[in-house]
Order: sequence, then C-alpha cells, then structure tokens
Amino acid sequence: MSATLNYRRARLQERAEAPVRPGAWGVRGKLLVGGLAVVVAWGIFAWTWQVRKGLGVTGLNDHLSWGFYLTNFIFFAGISMAGTLISAILRLTHAEWRRPITRLAEMITVAALIVVASMVVADMGRPDRLQFVLLHPHMRSPILWDVLSIGTYLAGSILYLYLALVPDLAILRDAGVGGKLRRRLYSALSLRWHGVPDQRRLLVRAIGVMAVVIVPVAVSVHSVVSWIFGMTLRSGWNSTIFGPYFVVGAAFSGIAGIVVVMAIFRRVYHLEEYITEKHFRYLGSLMLVAGVMYAYFTLSEYATVGYKMEVGGGSLLSALLVGRYAPYFWFFAIFGTLVPIVLLALPRTRTVKWIVTAAVLVNLGMWVKRFVIVIPSMALPMMQYEWGTYRPTWVEWSITAAGFAAFALVFVFLARIFPVISVWEIEEGWEVETAAARRLLPSAVASRAAAPSVMEEVS
Amino acid sequence: MNEQLERDAAPDRTTDTQSGVSRRSFIGKVFIAAGAVTLGGKTVAFADDAMSPTSADSDVPQWAMVIDLARCDGCKECTKACQETHFTGDQEWIKVFEVQDEAGNTVFLPRPCMQCENAPCLNVCPVGATFRNENGTVLVDHERCIGCRFCVAACPYDARSFNWTEPVNPPGATFANYSPEFPVPHTKGTVDKCMFCAHNAMDGQLPECAQACSMSAIWFGDLKADIATNGLETVQLSWLLTTRNAYRLKEELGTRPRVWYLPGHGEGSKVVLPQ
Repeated sequence: MSATLNYRRARLQERAEAPVRPGAWGVRGKLLVGGLAVVVAWGIFAWTWQVRKGLGVTGLNDHLSWGFYLTNFIFFAGISMAGTLISAILRLTHAEWRRPITRLAEMITVAALIVVASMVVADMGRPDRLQFVLLHPHMRSPILWDVLSIGTYLAGSILYLYLALVPDLAILRDAGVGGKLRRRLYSALSLRWHGVPDQRRLLVRAIGVMAVVIVPVAVSVHSVVSWIFGMTLRSGWNSTIFGPYFVVGAAFSGIAGIVVVMAIFRRVYHLEEYITEKHFRYLGSLMLVAGVMYAYFTLSEYATVGYKMEVGGGSLLSALLVGRYAPYFWFFAIFGTLVPIVLLALPRTRTVKWIVTAAVLVNLGMWVKRFVIVIPSMALPMMQYEWGTYRPTWVEWSITAAGFAAFALVFVFLARIFPVISVWEIEEGWEVETAAARRLLPSAVASRAAAPSVMEEVS
Repeated sequence: MNEQLERDAAPDRTTDTQSGVSRRSFIGKVFIAAGAVTLGGKTVAFADDAMSPTSADSDVPQWAMVIDLARCDGCKECTKACQETHFTGDQEWIKVFEVQDEAGNTVFLPRPCMQCENAPCLNVCPVGATFRNENGTVLVDHERCIGCRFCVAACPYDARSFNWTEPVNPPGATFANYSPEFPVPHTKGTVDKCMFCAHNAMDGQLPECAQACSMSAIWFGDLKADIATNGLETVQLSWLLTTRNAYRLKEELGTRPRVWYLPGHGEGSKVVLPQ
C-alpha cells in the first residue's frame, strides 16, 4: 500500500472520528443541545396539557379537524424520503459520488420518521389507546396501511443504516475511541467485523438486498400517506394522482433536506475535503428534476380541476389562487418551486451558496404546500356552512417547534455516536478509482496479464 | 351469528370489545391475517366486519328515515329533543340547515346521520370503532375510538362531532349505562353522531326527532317490511318514496344513504349543496 494512501486513510479516519471523541461537543455544542432539549421539553409539556384538557386547546374544530399536526406529519414523511431512498438509488446505480453523503442521508430518514410517529400521536384524541391500532386493526383504513408501511420503512431504514455502519464501528472499536461504555457499544455493534473477504461479500450482498427492498417500501410510504387524503370524497383530496404526486413531492423536499443537512455538517465538522461542491451540484440537479416534476404534477392537478370548475373543486381552487389561501399557495408556487428551479437551472447559480439557498426555500415552500393540501380542503364546507376557520394556538406552535427540535436533536445524538461520513465506503471508492485508472491506462499501470481481458471485452 | 349481535349480547362492554369477532367473520379474515400480526402468540382479531347486514332471508328490520321538506318549518324541535335526550351539549346530531333548492326557494333541511350503506366513515376507521349493527345503523363505540378524526374528515355530510374538551355530562348523563346504542355519557377525545336512536328502536319507539316534530315531517321505517310512520299515519315506504319523488343527498357519491328527502317546493326540485 502506498504511503499517500495511508496518509489519506489516516486523515479520513481522524476527520470521521473527531466528532465522536469525548468532549467533541464543546461549549457551543452543549448550548445547542441544551436549547433543543428545552424546546422539546416545552413541546412535551404542551402535549400533556393538550391530553389533559382535550384537543379543544388547539385551533381545531368540527369544521376543520386536521391542522398543523397533519401538515408536519406529511412534511417529515417527505423529509424521510431523502435519506434511505436517495442513498439506495445512488447505490443501485453505482453513482460513485454518493459515498461521502449516504450516511447523512440515511440518518435523516431515521430522525424524520421518529418525528412522523410523534406527530401521529400528537393528533390523537385518545393517545392512551394507541395500542388499539395493533389490537383491533381495521385493514380497510388507510391509517392501518400507514402504520404498516411507515413501520416497515422505519425498521428497514434502521437496518439499512446499521448495515453500512458495521465496518466503521469496527474502525472505532479498533481505535479504542471513547470511554468504557462507548467502547463496549462499538465492540458489540461491530459484530466482530474484521473486513475479511467473506464478511465483505456478505455485507455488500446484504446492503444490496436492502437497497432493492427499501425503494418500493419508500414509494409505498408516500403513496399511503397521500391516500389518507386521496381515499376521501373531499374536493381537493379526491384525486387520482395523489400517490405519485406525494412521492415526487417527497423526493423534492427530501433532497432539499439532505442539501441543508449536508451544508450544516460540512461546515461544523469541517468536511469540505469529502463533501465537495460536486455533491451539491449533483444533488442540485436531482432536486431540479424533482422540482420540475412536482411543478408539472401541480399544474396537472389544478388545471384539470380549474377547467371543469365543478362546484366543490372550483370554489376550492378560487380560494387557493385568488381567495383566502392565495398568499400560502403563491408563496409555495413562487418561492418554493419557481425560484428554486431557476436557481438550480442557471449555470451561474450552481454554487454551494445558491444551491443551499434553493434547498432552504424548497423546505419552507413544501411545508407551506402541505399546509395548503390539508387545510383548505378541510375548510371547504361539505354542507351549508361557512368556510371552516383555523387559528393554531400556542399548543400547536409549541408541538410543531418541538418536532423540528426533536429532528435536530436526534440527528445531533446520532452524529455524536456514529461517524457522519462512511469511512469504509470512501476508502472503497479510492480502490474503485485506482482500479478504473488501471483499466483506462493498462500499458502504464497494469501488468501484461491484464491486457488479454481488455481485448476480450472489446471483441 | 353476526358479530354485532355478540357485541350487543355481551354484558360487559370493556371485555367484549377485546374479542368481538365471530368465528365466521374471523375465518374470512384469516388469509388477510396470514401476513400478519401476532402479539404475544395470540392472533389478533381484525376489527373488520361491519359488512352490510342485509341478507335476503333475514327479517331483521333495516331502519330508514324519510324527511318531508314540504312540511319542515325549520323550528329545530328535532335538534332540541335530540340534544336533551342524548345530553349532547352544543353538538347537533340532527342539524337544520337553511338552503336553496334548484328552483331558488329557501328550504329547511334537517340533516341526521345518513347511515350510509357504503359509509366512508366506517371504511376509514383504523380500529373499527365505527361499525354497523344488524339494523344497518352505523354506530360509534366510544370505548374503542382513538380520536384520529379520520371519520370526521371522510363524512361527506358533516354529520360527525368530536368531543374536543371534557364533555359536560349532567347528572342524568353521568349515571347512564353507556352503550353504542345510547352513547351517554360522552367521552373526551372521541367522536359522536346520530345513531337513529337505536335505543328507542329496541323499545319499539320512534327516534326522538321524529317524536318531537310538530309537523310530522320525519318518517321512520323499515326497508325490509316496507313500512314507514311519522307517528300519525303509517304508509308503505316504497309508495312514499316513489310518489313523492324522494331523493338522497349527494347520491352521486355512491354512499347509498338510508335517509331520503321529499322535495319541498315543486316536484323533484332538489336542494343545492356546496360540494
């Protein structure tokens, strides 16, 4: 092994291990964690208040019975798409550039799904009966499909994240990082990994299988989330394209989620050497494709309603485009879709700064879009009522803030215990690069024995 | 035996809800359960079977309601009687709307629960808390409901109310013996709605709203025996429906309500609803 490679390897391991070493948080880190914990604790307090007093402490009512919690539920379900699916697709297509970012993406999924589950509980009138969903399942209900699908996705994502972690945990174990507890944890979780060929073969196979399995599961998640709405007779929800519409929306906001998280960790953990501008540009291109598709779906959805102007759909569309919900809709349309698409499409703005700006806008816009999906259809009266009104109270704001804080907190803890870049996969990438170089320049690098095989490929 | 009969027969509702599935309906579900869900070694019973109960040879009454819009004067006595009997507080299980009909006339439209044969609320309930009894009436089990409000979102008639806060149960309500047929006292965090006064039907009485209506505008009857009464006269139900051009609300949705309306002004002029 060359000295350069040894140096690169040592440097990489040092970078990856630094954040998990004792005392890595520092004062600012501790303040951040403390701040997030306070927000989460406040949210939990608000929730216990809600449980005690009833959902009447929220802005919800009989004519608008779903609000922020459902909005957050769809939003974080969308964010969860990022991770595992993107990482799986990039693995399956052998996209070499994926290597430094798959770990972060997979962590996003796990953190987001925890928030997704909490938002479901927050919305329940009787959270003490949560177990009834398993004890008395009514399989005709889309909620049950969600429980099965999201449950499978969470379990699969944890497994998928864990599998790719094993070799890195072995590196931490061998380096003796951390105190007694941590060392025991790494040693137990690394499953006696020593990187022998048999183990490698098995791991690559397992990750390959998981990558294939997780894709349809992820698609099912966003489809059944959409069907909570799509299976009702309400104008705006009563749509056949909701499944794919939500899948594409999840990809759009999911990729934007990765870009933001990537930018933060790149700066805080000094990962510029591994997470480069190239990663932002490539993800930016994927985000552009998802964004254009989402814009197309949006056009398709509203144009078909607007042309016919049926009674319910027509008044809903008027409320969205020119009425009471117009500010939200146009914020989404312009700042959540149009501006990011332009930023991502123009060569001039394909820089880290602008791509991150676009991603932040997409995240904001997509949260608002989910609000626009849930609330107006609920507000549109089914009988001769006035439009429903919704004024979220401090309880919903607190629980929503706690949801975002919990997402960050779970992430910070994951990043404190596990390396956020996949050391062994990056190293494997170097090997692939070297091998590719050999194949391209057989006369320079390879031995004579390699030449006939090249000839065979050609013939 | 029908599942709901078993549920009704069981004296203790809390234990009954744990195992309310008949062998037949259970076996029918086994293949679904095959992929499934065992908890602590015990196969979980699926709370599925609120199937349509009507079978050709059964004599069990299938309750239906016919509301004569020509007679309704919008006095809301029906609403008040319902509220007093069921201690519903502000909730209006039968609500009187003031709407326009197709001819532009103002019409009062009392809206109870439609007891749909293809009930969206029943389909979407994740725990089977909404179910259909043998009379085709859609009931809610407060002891099962988890408060997700999917049924509220799914109902095209806005016929469901949620207990947003601790319900004010007056003494009369507090001592009532709870059952889905007489859902009193009410429970915070669960859903309520009209259930065609299933408690009255058991005693051979008309629903409270029909009894209270001074215009005798509310007919209650049995689709099976083809008979209906408004308390004053008794007629053949099918005759009433056909001769008076009866229609159902939002027929095009395919929910197949068991509540019919007789047009108010002019033959066949239906009410206009927002969606």
